[in-house]
Amino acid sequence: MTIEAAAASPARSPFAGLMQGTAGPVLVVIAAIIAVWYLAAVLLNAPFQRDIYKRGGVEDAPLVQLVADTLSQERPVLPAPHQVAVELWDTTANKAVTSKRSLVYHGGITLSSTLLGFVLGTALGIGLAILVVHSRVLDKSLMPWVISSQTIPILAIAPMIIVVLNAIGISGLLPKAMISTYLSFFPVTVGMVKGLRSPEAIQMDLMKTYSASPAQALWKLRLPSAMPYLFASMKVGVAASLVGAIVGELPTGAVAGLGARLLSGSYYGQTVQIWSALIAAAVLAAALVALIGMAERLVLKRMGMRR
Amino acid sequence: MSTPHPSLGSPLAERRRLGPVKALLAALALVVAVVATMLPIIASDTMALGLFRHPLLAIAALAGVIVLAPYLLRFLQGPPAMLALVAVSYAMAFALIRIAGGYPGQAASGFWAYVFVAWALAWLSVEEMAALTPRGAVWKRLLALAIPLTFGAWLLILWQVLVVGFAVPKVLLPPPSDIWVRLLTSPAVLWADFRQTFLKGVLVGYAIGCGSGFLVAILVDRVPFLRRGLLPVGNLVSALPIIGVAPIMVMWFGFDWPSKAAVVVIMTFFPMLVNTVTGLAAADRMQLDLMHTYAANYPQTLLKMRLPMAMPFVFNALKINSTLALIGAIVAEFFGTPIVGMGFRISTEVGRMNIDMVWASIAVAALAGSLFYGLVTLVERAVTFWHPSVRG
Repeated sequence: MTIEAAAASPARSPFAGLMQGTAGPVLVVIAAIIAVWYLAAVLLNAPFQRDIYKRGGVEDAPLVQLVADTLSQERPVLPAPHQVAVELWDTTANKAVTSKRSLVYHGGITLSSTLLGFVLGTALGIGLAILVVHSRVLDKSLMPWVISSQTIPILAIAPMIIVVLNAIGISGLLPKAMISTYLSFFPVTVGMVKGLRSPEAIQMDLMKTYSASPAQALWKLRLPSAMPYLFASMKVGVAASLVGAIVGELPTGAVAGLGARLLSGSYYGQTVQIWSALIAAAVLAAALVALIGMAERLVLKRMGMRR
Repeated sequence: MSTPHPSLGSPLAERRRLGPVKALLAALALVVAVVATMLPIIASDTMALGLFRHPLLAIAALAGVIVLAPYLLRFLQGPPAMLALVAVSYAMAFALIRIAGGYPGQAASGFWAYVFVAWALAWLSVEEMAALTPRGAVWKRLLALAIPLTFGAWLLILWQVLVVGFAVPKVLLPPPSDIWVRLLTSPAVLWADFRQTFLKGVLVGYAIGCGSGFLVAILVDRVPFLRRGLLPVGNLVSALPIIGVAPIMVMWFGFDWPSKAAVVVIMTFFPMLVNTVTGLAAADRMQLDLMHTYAANYPQTLLKMRLPMAMPFVFNALKINSTLALIGAIVAEFFGTPIVGMGFRISTEVGRMNIDMVWASIAVAALAGSLFYGLVTLVERAVTFWHPSVRG
């Protein structure tokens, strides 16, 4: 790869080297997205700004001022990136963590139900996969339902779970975590069933010649060889469980959490707040996936599966 | 394991031993079925032997004993055992549902004992079904369908019996019969919701999102620089909670279906982009070289080789998106909608404690989602007929 790259660019300027890998192009793409965002912000906010000028009696404001004003509206149609960045900084660094206006506080609430749901979902998924692998009846009767249940819009029942559990006195973390559990256990089950079946017949035969019990075969062969599948499905599962936690916060009516920030922002037209909550959720998701990716690399390296 | 055919030879010589789990379950069910004749079925059964006030259940219980005893002794095995178990288990389920419906919330120990017996019979019948090895392809297909369907049916039966038997309040969990009645009595409302959410929001958004993702992927594939830059970004975005853009789209495009379609477009775009770009890279060096020796130009290579080779990936995205689209449209409706739509129905009927209506909406959504997915799968099988996973 590097030899090819060197051959392709005889000039070998450092700039060309940067553009050959992935880092350079990714940065350029991100810069392009931000540029498009600014342009869109100006275009989308301009009509309202012209309205303000008309009402204020400002005749033909110069273009520079129009652009500057569109990027600093109180409630813009599309807030500019720097407005979102300022709001993010304001609500994370400048507020006490316990304050209800702190994004860290809301993010923490969403994170806690995400993690609880994710842990429960992963445990449930692994348990179910172990049962399915060992029971032919469950394999033939339950697995089709697990797979077809992915075609069902599960999130639709989120409000019902929340409200119904509230009605019988269960509120707070657990109902939201249940939605996350529900969303995250499917990928883990499907991935783990595949993983637990991944040892080749010859390897299973070897376990049999050692007269290993099914439990021993599970511990010493099936589970270790399922690890790559587990981590791949955990990455999908944690992203799904964050979505579950956010959606689970909607029906309780804007109390706390990133979903509540989205909802209250949409009630009061606080677009900057919506966008900052959105970015915070995105950062959270990326961080969680990256964390699992790191754990994956560590574990697989320890187990000697990584070349 | 591989006896030639159960009906050949003398039945005594063919007797196969019952597995430990099956034997335990069958023995337990037999004992419970006999003992429970002395228990009260419903709370108002003052005398013991309450069973005989419920002739239907009594007959089913008798049939259960008649089937279980020879089954345990291995006089009854193979397909006849399976058919007998299926028949008896459903007869008992029917009797139990009738009794639970007649005396809601009064179920007593005998009732629950027979619920256990019925469940055990059903489990054994599924065990027998799973052990069958039919010859014909049609029978195989039917069996592969019958086992999960039995499982689903028993989920519904247990749901019905437990909810009615324990008299669970309807605001918590309505029995399936209520949901079914609701489905039958309010098709107009459900159809209007379906049209608003699915036919307008989901389908339009799905078409635009998948179409644009596909086209952008082809463009991106032409420019290696963009491919290296966009693919990591697209992968990242696929993991983000994109559903959060719903309030923004509702602000931009209003309460009606275009805002839902917009959410669906954004949700479906990135999976399509990433999968198509990956798929276009699926052709290997050798195949590209072959096209090169044919003096094929870029459009020819794209149309005749690379796009067909990318189809499994494209359909993977189409399948993922069919689920995402429905979720996106329904959740977007939680943020604001005219007074129609599945998401609207679910969130308002929850507020009014009409939980049976909520479940009816969910049933419609589930059915729509599964059918949509099934349709995409059918098209996939037709288009990628050459792929090993389809040829089998």
